[in-house]
Amino acid sequence: MIKKSTEMPKQRVEERIHNFNEVALGYSEDQAVMEASRCLQCPKPLCVAGCPVGVEAPSFIKDIKERRFGEAIRKIKEKNSLPAITGRVCPQEEQCQKTCVMGKAGDPISIGRLERFVADYERQKGVAIPPRPKPTGKRVAIIGSGPAGLTAAADLAKLGHEVTVFEALHEAGGVLMYGIPEFRLPKRIVQSEVDYVKKLGVTINTDSLIGKLYTVDELFEQDFDAVFIGTGAGLPNFLGLPKENLCGIYSANEFLIRVNLMKAYRFPEYDTPVWLGRKVAVIGAGNVAMDSARCALRLGAEEVWIVYRRSRREAPARLEELENAEEEGVKFKFLTNPIKFLGNQYGWVCGMECISMQLGEPDESGRRRPVPIKGSEFTMDIDTVVVAIGQTPNPIIPRTTKGLQTTKWGGIIVEEGTGKTSIEGVYAGGDIVSGAATVISAMGAGKNAAGAIHEYISNKKRLNRSPEPNTPRNLSQWIRSQNT
Amino acid sequence: MYQIDSKKELAPDIKLLEVHAEQIARKAKPGHFVILRVDEKGERIPITLAGCDVNKGTISIAFHEVGKTTMKLGSLNRGDYIMNVVGPLGNAAKIDKYGHVLCVGGGVMVAPLHFQAAALRDVGNELTTVIGARTKEQVILREEMKKISSELFIVTDDGSEGQNNLDFLKDLLKTRKIDYAVAIGPIVLMNEVAEFTRPYKIKTMVNLNPIMVDGTGMCGACRVTVGGETKFTCTDGPEFDGHSVDFEELMVRRRMYVPKEKIAVLFYKTFGECL
Repeated sequence: MIKKSTEMPKQRVEERIHNFNEVALGYSEDQAVMEASRCLQCPKPLCVAGCPVGVEAPSFIKDIKERRFGEAIRKIKEKNSLPAITGRVCPQEEQCQKTCVMGKAGDPISIGRLERFVADYERQKGVAIPPRPKPTGKRVAIIGSGPAGLTAAADLAKLGHEVTVFEALHEAGGVLMYGIPEFRLPKRIVQSEVDYVKKLGVTINTDSLIGKLYTVDELFEQDFDAVFIGTGAGLPNFLGLPKENLCGIYSANEFLIRVNLMKAYRFPEYDTPVWLGRKVAVIGAGNVAMDSARCALRLGAEEVWIVYRRSRREAPARLEELENAEEEGVKFKFLTNPIKFLGNQYGWVCGMECISMQLGEPDESGRRRPVPIKGSEFTMDIDTVVVAIGQTPNPIIPRTTKGLQTTKWGGIIVEEGTGKTSIEGVYAGGDIVSGAATVISAMGAGKNAAGAIHEYISNKKRLNRSPEPNTPRNLSQWIRSQNT
Repeated sequence: MYQIDSKKELAPDIKLLEVHAEQIARKAKPGHFVILRVDEKGERIPITLAGCDVNKGTISIAFHEVGKTTMKLGSLNRGDYIMNVVGPLGNAAKIDKYGHVLCVGGGVMVAPLHFQAAALRDVGNELTTVIGARTKEQVILREEMKKISSELFIVTDDGSEGQNNLDFLKDLLKTRKIDYAVAIGPIVLMNEVAEFTRPYKIKTMVNLNPIMVDGTGMCGACRVTVGGETKFTCTDGPEFDGHSVDFEELMVRRRMYVPKEKIAVLFYKTFGECL
C-alpha cells in the first residue's frame, strides 16, 4: 500500500508569478495509473456519498488503473457534465477525499486530479457526444450559464428536452469565466465544456439579461414549460467603511472581471484596462481573495497583502489555494480588520487604517468571533484595495418576477432537493439560493432541479399562459406578425 | 451579432447609429442604456439610448469618438456588425406630467436628452430646452429639439453660438415657473444645473454615466454617493436626484482610467487593428 499520493507537477513559482498560464500541470498517464492503483476499491465507498453529484469514484478509478481512460470519462459524465472544471476547482478535501479510507492511514486518493486527468485526456482525443434522445417536445429556459445552469441544461438535454440558456454577459460560463482566473481554470477549458453542453443540443443566448430583456412571465408566454433560475451571487459586498469609493478600491468582482473575462492582463492588445498600484491589500481570505491576490502579483504588484479579521485556521479558502498564494509571495495579515481608508488630494486611496483583532467566543458560524483589541490601530501603506468579502444574490430576477419568494438577504426560497420555488414551473439553484458557495454544490443543485423539472414537465399538460391560443413559438416572430 | 441599419454623422466626430436589436427595442424607454462590445478584444462600454423604433426593430445610439472603443465604433458602417449589445439596462427615466420642464443637455448626450424630452413632451409637458457643446459645429439635434420645445437656448464653450456659459439660467429660473428639470451631459454641466435649480427647490433629475464594466450590478465600478449612500448607477440609476449626487466624487472616479485610455488611443492610432 502506497501511503503518499502521487504529486501533480506544477509550474515553478519563479516562472508562474510572471504569467497567467495554468499553475497545476496535470498527471501524465503513468502518474494517473500509479495514483489510481492506490485505491482500495472499497465495497461500500464513502467517497461517492461525499460528492454532491454522486460521481462513482471507485469505478472510474478502476478504469484508470486498467488504462481504460475513455471508459473512465464516460462513467464520470453520466453524473457530471463538467469534469475538466470540477477536477480543477472542487474542494475535494472537503468532499469525496475527506471520507476516503486511505486518508486514515496516509493521503487520500487524489480523486480530483484523476478526474481532471481523464477529462483532459478526452479533450485531447476528441470528445464523444452521446446520441441525441428522441425529442420530448418540452421546452425549458435556463437563466444563467454558470455551473448550476450548465449542469441543469446538460441533464435536461440528455433527457430529450429542448433547452435554451440565457446569459447576461457576452460569454457563457458565469463565474467560471468572469471569476476564476486563467491560471487556475484556463478559459479554453471552460469553453470546451460549454461547447460540449451545446453539442448536447442546448442553445445558449448570450447578451440576454432576463428581467430586462424578457421577464420570467414572458418566457412562459414563449411557450417554455419550465424555467430554471441559476443567476448566482453576483452582487459584491463592500465593507461600508468611510471613503470606500476612493479611486483604487475595487470589488473583487470588478477586479476579476477586468482581468479574467475582459483579459485586462493583455491590455492594450485587449481594450479593457485594469489599474494596479505597487502595494495591494486584498480584504478577505476566501478563494476569491486568493484569486485576486495572485492576479495582482502576476500583474506586477510589488507587495500583495491578504488582510483577514480571523486567523489562518478560519480562512475559508481551500488550503491548496492558500498554500499556492503563500508560495508565490502573497503576504498575510491575519487578525486584522480595516476600519477606514485614507485618500490623497487626487481622490486615490493611499492608506488603510486597521485594527488588530483577537478571537473570542464562537459565533453562529461556529468559528471564534474576532474582537477588536482596543488601542491597536495602525496604518497600512497601500495604494490599491480589493474587497473580497463575499457576494450576495443578484436581485434583478426577484425584483422583476411577481410572486417569487425570497429570504431577507435576497436568496430565492426553494424546496430542499428539488429547487421548486413559490411559482409553479419555476425552479432555482446554485448561489442564488444558497448564497456564495462552491462550483460543485451549484452543480448539485442544478442536477437536482433538472430531475425535478423533468418529472414536472413529463407529467403536466402545457399551462395555458400564452397571450393568445395560437401564438407562434417565437415571441419576436409574433410581434413582427402583429406589426405587419 | 447586431447589425447596423443606418449611420449618420451628427457633427464632426459625433455619430448616430441605428442598430438592429429587436427585443431591446421593444423594451427600451428613455433613460435606459445598453452595454456594447465592438469586437472580440473590445471593452464593454455603456451608452445611453438615443431612441428606439419598435417597427424597425432598432435602437439608436449616439457617441463622440474620443476613445479607442468609440473610434472603432465610428469606423463601422451600415451593414457592419457590433459583436455584443446587452440591454435595456438601468431603470427608465420617470416620465410624468409635471408642467413646465427645463431640459438641459450637453455634447453627445443631447441625443439621449432628445429621446427623454420627446417623451416628456408627449405626455403634455411644456419644454424649455438648453443644449450645448464646445463649439457651434458640435451642437447636435438643433432642429429636432426646436420642434418639441417652446423655447430653445444654445450654449457653446467658445461662444461661437448663443451663450458661452450657463449663467443665464439664473435669470431664466427667475422669470419662468419651472416645475421639473432634467440634465444629461458632462458631469460639470449636470452639477451646475443642479446648483442653479437648488434654491428654487425644483426637482432636478440627472442621468449619470460613470465607468461600468458589466452593467448588471456585478462589479460596483459605477458606485456613486447619492444622499450620503453608496448606489450602483447600473441597477439603482442611472437617473438620480441631482441635488443629492456627490458630483465631485463622480468626477474623480470618472477620470480613473484617463491615462490608460490615452495609451489605448495611442496604440490604436499607431498600429490600428494589427496589435
